[in-house]
Amino acid sequence: MEHHLTTPVREEDVRKLRMGDLVYVTGTVITARDEAHLEALELHERGEEPPVDFKGVGVFHCGPIMKKVDGEWTVVAAGPTTSARMEIFQDNFIETFRPAIIIGKGGMGDLTSKACQEFGCVYGAFTGGAALLAARGIKKVRDVFWLEELGMPECLWVYDVEDFGPMIVTIDSHGGNMTQDVKTQVTERLEKILAEMEG
Amino acid sequence: MKMTFEKIVEDTAVELLRIAATELPVEYVEEIKKGLEETDGAVGRAQLGNILEDIDLAREGSKPMCQDTGIVAFMVKVGDNFPLRSRIKEILVDATRRATEEVPLRPNAVDMFKGNTRDNVGLNGYVPMIFIDMVPGGDLEIIAMPKGGGSTNIAAHRMLKPGLGWKGIKQFVIEALAEAGSLGCPPYFVGVGIGGGEDLCMTLAKKALLKPFKSRNENPDVAAIEDELLGKVNQLRIGAMGLGEGPTALDLHIELAARHPASLPVGVVISCWALRHARAVITGEGEVSIDRSA
Ligand code: SF4
Repeated sequence: MEHHLTTPVREEDVRKLRMGDLVYVTGTVITARDEAHLEALELHERGEEPPVDFKGVGVFHCGPIMKKVDGEWTVVAAGPTTSARMEIFQDNFIETFRPAIIIGKGGMGDLTSKACQEFGCVYGAFTGGAALLAARGIKKVRDVFWLEELGMPECLWVYDVEDFGPMIVTIDSHGGNMTQDVKTQVTERLEKILAEMEG
Repeated sequence: MKMTFEKIVEDTAVELLRIAATELPVEYVEEIKKGLEETDGAVGRAQLGNILEDIDLAREGSKPMCQDTGIVAFMVKVGDNFPLRSRIKEILVDATRRATEEVPLRPNAVDMFKGNTRDNVGLNGYVPMIFIDMVPGGDLEIIAMPKGGGSTNIAAHRMLKPGLGWKGIKQFVIEALAEAGSLGCPPYFVGVGIGGGEDLCMTLAKKALLKPFKSRNENPDVAAIEDELLGKVNQLRIGAMGLGEGPTALDLHIELAARHPASLPVGVVISCWALRHARAVITGEGEVSIDRSA
């Protein structure tokens, strides 16, 4: 199945997505990596709020290359980064800020999968390294926050996107986790290969 | 004359970084295409198709194929009679700063105390990483190799018990790839370094990635092991982007050094599909030839 979503995405629409589906997003996508996740969560704990609303939008694990052209920020390259690093706080982030889709590469684990089930979120795998393909879907850089403090790769870039994708839903809100499934199969194959070598 | 040489080396190094970041060697592109043709599943085909489209966009637009333009490394061979010596290092550092602006490359050098240095240069002269060999002759060879963080993080190192021998080495390599799974943007290229010490095996593994594509070790026994390991790694069927479809590894090289009787150091360095590098030779007369091959 192929889906074209517009942000803010309603929870009922998120729940229609199934593992293996293709998704494209139009609307708002915000980059956030390790430090931005931490910073946003720390602010929230102190009773303050981050400068952007993540509700119903795409949160993109990405540290882009940006360039200022005639005083305006433009995207040079913006592919996904390895999402596994965010596993330690992604569930908390989903619960707190309620994004609709986490975009990244390499997949995520059980904690994220549980939060996706509980709060109606999915994980969309964007082809790792395909930074120019991703950049093509970004129509405008609407805002940037924390650039001075966190630097270009770690700060929050707020993008207006159009048919940003294709992403593959590898974690849906029903417990499906494709990367985890493949991982289990790979482990089984590994054991078989190693056993054969013991011969 | 001195100034001219410095400028030639700097300009060449900037150009090498640009080529590396924006043009994937055609031999790799062909192999990915072949992988796409041999893949049936829609998920795997979508991944490989996206990669190929991205590679085209990069080449056409002269833009980095991946936003993670990595930590920069230079492998350098300085001929005895080449006009420049210790200055080469400073020139390569300047070239890295320039390339960061001009290509552009993403600023990736992080100071643990002060944060991102913003120019890909940092701390005590260690980054960019520069590996220098002294060689006979009058030429200077430079290979620029920017390597991303995702696939760098899945490197593996183990000091095996020597008694485990080749079987232990092979099992460790296959385990390392299984462990890497989806994390470093497969399909992968694999470099294996064996022997030396705890440090050298890693450097050998990294350099092994630069051996000519599909070439095999000059020692036929090692060559056979390269083939065997590449086959077994592909049997893991991690697939493109770790989604179980398409090739897992495109090539694998082994580089071997002698070891201590009590040690068997093994390093596994893995590259994502975007194995970026470019090579140039600058003669003592200042003529530059650039080599884009895999
Ligand atoms: S692993 Fe390679 S292709 Fe993937 S994001 Fe990092 S540098 Fe880019």
